[in-house]
Amino acid sequence: MIQILFFFFAALAVGAAINVLAQKHVLYSSLSLIVMLTAVSALFVLLQAEFLAVINVIVYAGAIMVLFVFVIMLLNLPVDEDGADRLRWLKFIGIPLGIFLLFMVGSTVWNLGVAPVASQMNGTPEAIGRSLFTDYLLPFELTSLLILIALMGAVVFAKKEL
Amino acid sequence: MIEYLTSREFLILMAKMVAIFGGVMTALAYTTLLERRVMAFVQMRPGPNRVGPFGLLQPLADGLKFLLKEQVVPTNANVLLYYAAPIVSLIPALLSFSVIPFGPDLKMTDISVSLLFIFAITSLGVYGIVLGGWSSNSKYPLMGAMRASAQMLSYELSLTLSVVGVLMIAHTLSLQQLVVSQQGTWFGFIPRWNIFLQPIAFVVYVVSAVAETNRLPFDLAESEQELVAGWHTEYSGMKFAMFFLAEYANMVTVSSLATILFLGGWNGPMFGPWWLQMALPTVWFVSKVFCFIFAYIMIRATVPRIRYDQLMQFGWKVLLPLALANILITSLVVALS
Repeated sequence: MIQILFFFFAALAVGAAINVLAQKHVLYSSLSLIVMLTAVSALFVLLQAEFLAVINVIVYAGAIMVLFVFVIMLLNLPVDEDGADRLRWLKFIGIPLGIFLLFMVGSTVWNLGVAPVASQMNGTPEAIGRSLFTDYLLPFELTSLLILIALMGAVVFAKKEL
Repeated sequence: MIEYLTSREFLILMAKMVAIFGGVMTALAYTTLLERRVMAFVQMRPGPNRVGPFGLLQPLADGLKFLLKEQVVPTNANVLLYYAAPIVSLIPALLSFSVIPFGPDLKMTDISVSLLFIFAITSLGVYGIVLGGWSSNSKYPLMGAMRASAQMLSYELSLTLSVVGVLMIAHTLSLQQLVVSQQGTWFGFIPRWNIFLQPIAFVVYVVSAVAETNRLPFDLAESEQELVAGWHTEYSGMKFAMFFLAEYANMVTVSSLATILFLGGWNGPMFGPWWLQMALPTVWFVSKVFCFIFAYIMIRATVPRIRYDQLMQFGWKVLLPLALANILITSLVVALS
């Protein structure tokens, strides 16, 4: 049963991810991205990492993507037909780099073997919070500092006079 | 597989599902009637009282009317998204009832992070509104959808943050355990409800919840006087009914959450024979939720709509700082005691 669910959601995630790139209209791309994020959350649930799954939906699908869709609607961009032409030369770098990335990720996953199930101990909010504030305190604080700086930058850009 | 499908647990689960789904859908239908009748009484008119005794069959008549209406799709609408939007709106709204405990046993499932599950699911509901407004390809729905997305993003923050204080006291994210943690009394007569420990959080939660469900005085997304009907202007028949149901389902969800988080859920005085003891928790739960719904309707009937810039200012400059201050004070007290 779990295997059927896994292959269903995995196929959904990969299909939606390809669709993000294949769609011409930017709104369809972002909608596919939402489907992809939700499918990845379902995969987290299958690994019994419920907290991670739920947070993934709240932060990415429920907040960040809403902002994306909001901005797309606000600007009401025309369908970009020939935008790909300007970046034509990037294809020749992109394809080998993509294959390289696929190879690297694939070999890592292959060597891992069976994915470990997040046990009751590691998947709970308590355990995640504890490791965030002890083992990973510095990266955690640095990330929040980075987000704060980005936020201030956005304010400086948006406001002509401060 | 087949063994499981005929096992006793599965049948009980199915029975619960039917009971909860049927009960919630009936309650939603009658909330519409309640709203129309109460609003009518406030405005000194009789309201719909012709269909059945006291107008009690009005929801059935409405449902039949929605089903038989002509399906109108605007020209130049994006047909796929136009049809998908009501579904995207309704499914998350109904999914959240799968984790709400209506009684000690009357719940479908209880995952360890059920509170966050509800927040995640309801945060997806905004896409129904946004897509509905965008795909109609018409200016008023687009305006309404943009207002709705900005508003729901802003108020979701203070809604979520207002709950943090309660979580710090209860030490759990499961709705069932949140209810259990509020059992008993202080000094023998004050119930151990979180509203007495977290009054600021309660006020912030209720105000944000009204904004989050797009109700008056925060219904900028569909304000009739400026935007015809906002994001569902171009919808009719069953598709409109689905949006409508989703709005009421969200109302019931936030009211249930308020009951569970602040008013002790299904806790209440227990007395009488065993069959009454079985039914009483659900009765307490439903009557607490009913109080919230009634308050919602009275607010709609009595408070005027506020301006859009006031809405944003209020959300970001009043509610959010209040919620943050509440977290700070609560964590200080929890850390010191």
